[in-house]
Amino acid sequence: MLDALARFGRHGMAALERFGRAHLLFLQIVAGITSLLPRPGLLVTQTYSVGVRTLVIVTVSGLFVGMVLALQGYYVLSQFAAEDSLGVMVAASLVRELGPVVTALLFAGRAGSALTAEIGLMKATEQLSGLEMMAVDPVRRILTPRFFAGLISMPVLAALFSAIGALGGYFVGVGLLGVDDGAFWSQMQAKIDWNEDVINGVIKSLVFGLVCTWIALFQGYDSVPTSEGVSRATTRTVVHSALAVLVLDFVLTAMMFGE
Amino acid sequence: MSGHSGSAETPIVKIRGLHFAHGSRVIFDGIDIDIPRGRVTAIMGPSGTGKTTLLKLIGGQLRPDAGTIEVDGIDVHRLSRRDLFRLRMRMGMLFQSGALLTDIDVFENVAYPLREHTDLPESMIRVLVLMKLEAVGLRGAHDLMPAELSGGMARRVALARAIALDPMMVMYDEPFTGQDPISMGVLAKLIRRLNDAVQITSVLVSHDVEETSAIADLIYVISGGKVVEQGTPDQLSISTSDQVRQFMRGLPDGPMRFHYEALPLVEELLGSGRKP
Repeated sequence: MLDALARFGRHGMAALERFGRAHLLFLQIVAGITSLLPRPGLLVTQTYSVGVRTLVIVTVSGLFVGMVLALQGYYVLSQFAAEDSLGVMVAASLVRELGPVVTALLFAGRAGSALTAEIGLMKATEQLSGLEMMAVDPVRRILTPRFFAGLISMPVLAALFSAIGALGGYFVGVGLLGVDDGAFWSQMQAKIDWNEDVINGVIKSLVFGLVCTWIALFQGYDSVPTSEGVSRATTRTVVHSALAVLVLDFVLTAMMFGE
Repeated sequence: MSGHSGSAETPIVKIRGLHFAHGSRVIFDGIDIDIPRGRVTAIMGPSGTGKTTLLKLIGGQLRPDAGTIEVDGIDVHRLSRRDLFRLRMRMGMLFQSGALLTDIDVFENVAYPLREHTDLPESMIRVLVLMKLEAVGLRGAHDLMPAELSGGMARRVALARAIALDPMMVMYDEPFTGQDPISMGVLAKLIRRLNDAVQITSVLVSHDVEETSAIADLIYVISGGKVVEQGTPDQLSISTSDQVRQFMRGLPDGPMRFHYEALPLVEELLGSGRKP
């Protein structure tokens, strides 16, 4: 019993220590923004690597999610003769929820895991130590550009996901199921609120981008520098990011749309 | 950039009463080491004695539990991060793995410290990089990626990068490990030649007795957290210390144990069958 308690205590302390280290690293990363100003090229390269290379999975997923939403929505709405509201339903679902959330989950799986593996392998192959010994701060040089690249990329990716999703919904709703073309777009335009829906969606995707990129960078930087250590860190990035996104989504939704 | 602030007689690295432990395992138990300027000094000892740890302590990547390490008269562990980085610009380090950045080619790896720490024009950087690569015999490999290099070539590129800023001292972490005899010989000659040509100080950590003895001016043998013996290669070769003789001649029996501490074999084999 005492042993179990001691083990629990040790795990708790270790988790708290990691939590503290993660926050310290976050502060160091953000403070490193000054080093980015004279070298915007670093940010451009990383935005390409983190954002542009995630485009394919995000756009294809967005298309199919929009198509499925239209299919499911049509069958429910048609029971109340409200098929003309299909555009609103698809757009609201995408902009408020599925855009930011699914994009963040895809981002964590594609870009987050790649970031963790890259940083972890740089640690395992002494590249980070090598930078330190060359008097180059690896946090400022390696982590800061990747962090801000993630922060910039996520809202753009989420917006693209929603836009392509709306098109997918249009193809299925108007093209296949015969919903009126004008009603689809005009109701969407009339009912989707800029502040309530779009801005809140952007805020969500910014928060998710920050959290997913932070988790990915910390897991890589804090990983045990062995092949098993990097593999575990990569898995933790995906699991922790997914959980954080889903929990934060609930909290943010309650704050934004709760009575 | 290689300006020496001390006189030729004062050691460039002065270690006093160094204590360092990894958890409960004591790595250094109060060692004193002086590394003279302009010479090749080797730190030798069996695997696991903390030779690489010593280089990390000198470079300020680790902090000692007690004792001081001075580099060029400056206490490394009292420096602010900014000052430590300034000192590191005058120190080069060759890592065991080379530690080349894998996403840029050989040229860019060697140019990296120049781009980070100087405002030199591109034409000057090109000349300097090609000169450093020529010094290690790899000018023709400047456009290869690190993944296309052999282990020996990667270390020579890393050496070119380590001397890019003309440091006052270069630290070599196990430069001969895993090298074929030709690469080993080339690297050994290169270290000696660079040391003599530009009068830098070389600190060499190795357990390769033959190659290291051939190029070192001074050798420290470390074992069990202590400096067991120090002297020139000739002095060590006639040392009467059992530990030094065992290490220098590669003998399996002696005060340095080959086997990790364990129960007697028979007792363990006839034991409970569970893992100890």
